Amino acid sequence: MKEPSSVREEFEFWRWREYHRVVPGKKWTNRDIITAGVDVGSVSSKAAIMINGEAYSWGITRTGSNSPESAKKALDWTLEGTGLKVGDLKYIVGTGYGRVNVPMANKAITEIACHAKGANYIWGPSVRTVLDVGGQDIKAIRCDETGRVVSFLMNDKCAAGTGRGMEVFADLLQIPIEEIGAISLKVDEEPPPVSCTCVAFAKTEAMGLLRKGWSKEKVLAAYTRAMAVRMANLINRVGLEKELVITGGQSKNIGIVSRIEVDLGVKCLPMPNWRENGLDPMVAGAFGAALFGKALYEKAQKS
Amino acid sequence: MRRRKNLRRRVRAIITHYGYSDGSGEYYITIDTDKCSGCGKCVKQCSQSALQIEAMLIDLEDKTVASVVEEHRKK
Repeated sequence: MKEPSSVREEFEFWRWREYHRVVPGKKWTNRDIITAGVDVGSVSSKAAIMINGEAYSWGITRTGSNSPESAKKALDWTLEGTGLKVGDLKYIVGTGYGRVNVPMANKAITEIACHAKGANYIWGPSVRTVLDVGGQDIKAIRCDETGRVVSFLMNDKCAAGTGRGMEVFADLLQIPIEEIGAISLKVDEEPPPVSCTCVAFAKTEAMGLLRKGWSKEKVLAAYTRAMAVRMANLINRVGLEKELVITGGQSKNIGIVSRIEVDLGVKCLPMPNWRENGLDPMVAGAFGAALFGKALYEKAQKS
Repeated sequence: MRRRKNLRRRVRAIITHYGYSDGSGEYYITIDTDKCSGCGKCVKQCSQSALQIEAMLIDLEDKTVASVVEEHRKK
């Protein structure tokens, strides 16, 4: 993410990369059960297409002010290069914060169920605890070996300790969002967490710390530390059972992941090689939704 | 009524927690979807109008259960 210095001033540090991918060499016919999941989050919209329950294509875009349009944009992008049309999709499930605003969906399912299912698909049946760190909320989910939700706790609609909070900090400290995790670990000694994780107030506190002569790294470490404490508390509340995985945008924030591991004293399952095999933890909800689509379609066929 | 009884036996429970903790204390509400019959009495009783009856997909079946309304979930 190197930008020429002339545009550096206008560089938006919070901007993460949108992308979409299709599994190469995979073929589909009309007899296959082709389903899609559309996960409209508060910050990003994800869509995934699965053939007989196997990932085929997926895409991540930013959510605009209009949920139906964001859902359409994500799905259209995911269809691109597959030769598929919306009409070829046997079942579409909408999920996420804007799930009721997915016009093409056959059904809306809560993102909690979808993330557990998706994590089960990505990491396998050993997953018991899923921490989904979204743009606007955090959810700690316990599930069984089939990916079925046993219990969950959600901390809703507060940007503290979430992806959106990180975006604000990336802008404030002028560090590209993708590098924020690694940079937060570049401290000799872990500073005490900021006392308040509220994004609005943390900003003021961070400015104060910077003025006091703290380095960007140290301020970032203190903020990431505070976020991790909050997430660890949430997990402890629902009860931690191994294996633990993290989904959502912050699963790619090594600063958050490693601090949670330290706080809880357990290692998360290693990140799948998502750039190669497409099992992107950020798309877990959409994968789960597509899998529910397959199950619901098969159930409808039987009856 | 009979159908619901059968449904309840087959469906396994999901324990749902809503809430948060902060410096002033812990504020959580827990609903067991297996024990909740979706009768809606709690919705009428709650003076803060914090509860609602919502369809939740449990084992591919829609079950109506009580949940905390969206605006009361936030911290």
